[in-house]
Amino acid sequence: MNDQTPTHDERVAGLKGLGSSRKRVEDARFTQGKGNYVDDIKMAGMVYGDFVRSQYAHARIKSVDSTAAKAVPGVIAVLLAADLAPLGLHWMPTLAGDKQMVLADGKVLFQGQEIAFVVAEDKYALADALELVVVDYEELPVVVDPFKAMLPDAPVLREDLAGQTKGAHGERVHHNHIFRWELGDKPAVEAVVADADVVAEEMVYYHRTHPCPLETCGCVASMDKINGKLTLWGTFQAPHVVRTVASLLSGIPESNIRVVSPDIGGGFGNKVGVYPGYICSIVASIVTGRPVKWIEDRMDNLMATAFARDYWMDGKIAATKEGKITGLWCHVTADHGAFDACADPTKFPAGFFNICTGSYDIPVAWLGVDGVYTNKAPGGVAYRCSFRVTEAAYFIERMIEVLAIKLNMDAAELRRINFIRKDQFPYNSALGWEYDSGDYHTAWDKALKAVNYDALRAEQTQRVADFKAGKTRSLMGIGLSFFTEIVGAGPIKNCDILGMGMFDSCEIRIHPTGSALARLGTISQGQGHATTFAQILATEIGIPADQIVIEEGDTDTAPYGLGTYGSRSTPVAGAATALAGRKIRAKAQMIAAYLLEVHDNDLEWDVDRFVVKGVPERFKTMKEIAYASYHQAIPGLEPGLEAVSYYDPPNMTYPFGAYICVMDIDADTGVADIRSFYALDDCGTRINPMIIEGQVHGGATEAFAIAMGQEIAYDEMGNNKSATLMDFFIPTAWETPHYTTDHTVTPSPHHPIGAKGVGESPNVGGVPAFSNAVHDAFRPFGLTQSHMPHDHWRIWRIAEQLGLHG
Amino acid sequence: MITNAFEYYRPKSVAEALKILGEHEGEARVVAGGHSLIPMMKLRMAQISHLVDLQDVSGLKGITVSDRIVIGAMTTQAELLASRELAAAAPLMLEAALQIADPQVRNMGTIGGNVANGDPGNDMPGLMQCLDASFTLVGPDGSRDVKARDFYQAAYFTSRTDDEILVAISFEHPKGGYAYEKQKRKIGDYATAAAAVQITAAGGMVSAASVAMTNLSDVPVWSAASGAALVGTTCGPDAVKAAVEAMLKDINPGEDNRGPVAFKRQVAAVVLGRAIARAWSRV
Repeated sequence: MNDQTPTHDERVAGLKGLGSSRKRVEDARFTQGKGNYVDDIKMAGMVYGDFVRSQYAHARIKSVDSTAAKAVPGVIAVLLAADLAPLGLHWMPTLAGDKQMVLADGKVLFQGQEIAFVVAEDKYALADALELVVVDYEELPVVVDPFKAMLPDAPVLREDLAGQTKGAHGERVHHNHIFRWELGDKPAVEAVVADADVVAEEMVYYHRTHPCPLETCGCVASMDKINGKLTLWGTFQAPHVVRTVASLLSGIPESNIRVVSPDIGGGFGNKVGVYPGYICSIVASIVTGRPVKWIEDRMDNLMATAFARDYWMDGKIAATKEGKITGLWCHVTADHGAFDACADPTKFPAGFFNICTGSYDIPVAWLGVDGVYTNKAPGGVAYRCSFRVTEAAYFIERMIEVLAIKLNMDAAELRRINFIRKDQFPYNSALGWEYDSGDYHTAWDKALKAVNYDALRAEQTQRVADFKAGKTRSLMGIGLSFFTEIVGAGPIKNCDILGMGMFDSCEIRIHPTGSALARLGTISQGQGHATTFAQILATEIGIPADQIVIEEGDTDTAPYGLGTYGSRSTPVAGAATALAGRKIRAKAQMIAAYLLEVHDNDLEWDVDRFVVKGVPERFKTMKEIAYASYHQAIPGLEPGLEAVSYYDPPNMTYPFGAYICVMDIDADTGVADIRSFYALDDCGTRINPMIIEGQVHGGATEAFAIAMGQEIAYDEMGNNKSATLMDFFIPTAWETPHYTTDHTVTPSPHHPIGAKGVGESPNVGGVPAFSNAVHDAFRPFGLTQSHMPHDHWRIWRIAEQLGLHG
Repeated sequence: MITNAFEYYRPKSVAEALKILGEHEGEARVVAGGHSLIPMMKLRMAQISHLVDLQDVSGLKGITVSDRIVIGAMTTQAELLASRELAAAAPLMLEAALQIADPQVRNMGTIGGNVANGDPGNDMPGLMQCLDASFTLVGPDGSRDVKARDFYQAAYFTSRTDDEILVAISFEHPKGGYAYEKQKRKIGDYATAAAAVQITAAGGMVSAASVAMTNLSDVPVWSAASGAALVGTTCGPDAVKAAVEAMLKDINPGEDNRGPVAFKRQVAAVVLGRAIARAWSRV
């Protein structure tokens, strides 16, 4: 040791490990337009495929004439259901245990459904040929309302299921019924509701919307007929799952299928499922012997690939007159569209909606969910949230507000008296979850103090008085939200997708000169995995993050994993990374002990080295150990320094947070100005504060969009009214509010580094914060519930219906 | 989202452009910035066989502020915003252009394309009616001027014939107070309702007022009665109310994703009231 030796703190800083706001290593290429996305892939002989889509929401297909299309110069093939049928590929299984038409088999069930797949030498011939495919439709009655779909005389949508009274999730009670999922103690809840001092009842609708990633879905399929190997590049959030499903469907051995997710421009759940475009591209590549590229345009994306939400949530919440909640009853009518293609863990047909007791200590609860078919696009994916968790959080955060109105109580105080207390963790909820850790009261008090809640309420009181006195036409809303997420799916004992357990993985190679390569079973879509996973590893193994390369997304090289969605990367793959790192360190310790001629137990870890206890000048750095591991014979140890970890989490993680939105609303025009938005997140151990902040900004902005205008709307004929970005609301920098971020830290007790995941929290907590602000503005005038999205005309309608327009 | 095949022309002069239009009567169209036409072509809602791009035609760009204000049809919205002369002479133009589209679109979108396409959602047509602008059209038989207030017949139908090209827009120096007020769902959106107002005063009273609104009918709505309701008043609440009521008789909004008719009528009333108040405050 001498003056040149970096200090402990300098060495910690040099690692850029846990807690460092390390700049995102991905951004050098993304900000220079040097990313490599699916549509950037060009291959010799590559051809293009695209769909003829249904104009109608429900129609019989009497005939499809592709003669004229085939005559267009450059057109190679037109695939119809009949062409796929001999291969058994005209239908495909969905991740939810249903099946879905790949190409229209006799009828179409939603506008935009795939009817024919045209393959051509170039995109221009392709576009011309699509126009020339003549489809003869016979229109059928359309059902877009899930309640009407369940009427006895409703049109039969899924003729393929005729006579099937059992579905993938139990009994079907009606020809348009998919499943009934029930949890909890119904008689107990009904008894509580019957005897309660106060019961608040409300129907809360979370409208249909869409993840709408910047990059749409697409793939390039290439079948090499010489070696029989199928390579599939695509926008896949779960490449290994795609490989397994492709193998099961095609019969091609998994060893002869390579699935690659290159850079992905946002997923948000839209890129979890399997789509007809993938199947048709693979078949077309096998048929033509050439690589086939299929890329959705924006309208295709908004019309046909997976939507999100569309939950009608009917609730009853019972309480004492002092405001202590005594029971929760909830029935959901879930509109799944034409096929049940939601991407939930198989045993959870409504995802983790049973987190709907929220952050509150509710002694008894009952949940029933009925899934229903309608003439709308399939999906039901987790749009920047864990499975159906945004719906659950919105439901309970609206019900709390409705209860506060019924009790004539302040909604902040009502939350406080019902929070699960810190000493109750791990907490077993009435609907079956074990919340790992939390400190809700501390977070709530910090949030209320930060926004100066009492002063805001006083200001609001004055505003209401001024409004009533005719001095202003502006109202003020204070939107409160306290949410608990459930992420990190999940323990194999109850979480699988089509039987594939939801573990994840990390494989590490330390190179002789002390840098490293780590590969994971996840895939970043913008989350910054290459940055943050290197940080986890840097802290675990003492190699600077800048010298650790993270690779994901190529099934030929990455270890098997279930992919990235539901905030599972940090809770599951992040844990695998830490544990694989610990295996590296354990072997490194043995090597260091040999080199230093001491017993393993005589060493202690110090940032980036093993030091002989009590003799600080005797140490071996990881760099030295790495070299020795390869190039020095060490008795009893294999050469090399590698490790792999497959992590089956013992529990989910439960991030939480407190969000408060203040909004000014023009009662006459419905224009809402977000004055401030405060977001306190507790995601346990914080890996990269800057990335957390960015995640909160992004998720809160999607929440703002959803709450204030974004929707997939259909007319009575099942026409999609919002299939372009003119009407589908994506906020620009101009509309996006300013966010104030804050945090508390309550580590997960079961995660190796205590991290819980954060990317989806702001969407889960943000939507109720924005929506509650709108509701709160009108609460003094008698509003109890008004459905999202709160765009200008719907806010105007609230004022109109409350008689505020004179 | 790929257009059908078309022949593309890039003439250097108006005469050359007119010749191409004449040779392909009914099958040719001119394109300026392309922000209305190209999307329609990509959706194949417009199938154009011969597309005549005006961007290389000389003499169609530029802003001249002299006795009248003359703006070349190919002047982009960004160029309108950048002109200090125009901002000083007609600040209403600046206030409006800032509320049109977004910077990328403004770099391509032109004033000529905006007014000539006849899209009821476009902002400039109502603004031009407010300013009582004239449009100069050049065709095979020479040039003619049409008042903006006479130009619009129905959605996408104007008094410009297929063989004419809009080359310039001109208007008198506007006087008095002005305002352009627009409610929209987001940047780049068409107006839910927008109002253009110019007011002059004499002796503390309104001496003249011009009032037009956008996207509340299938054509822009310049309401003579609305302006007249302000003249001779001090622009107090009763006068504004009368002007708004007159305008509400002249608009005919339809329901769309922005909202139902009753909502649009109320927003129109509020937006116009604000525009009048702001214009009066600047007199």
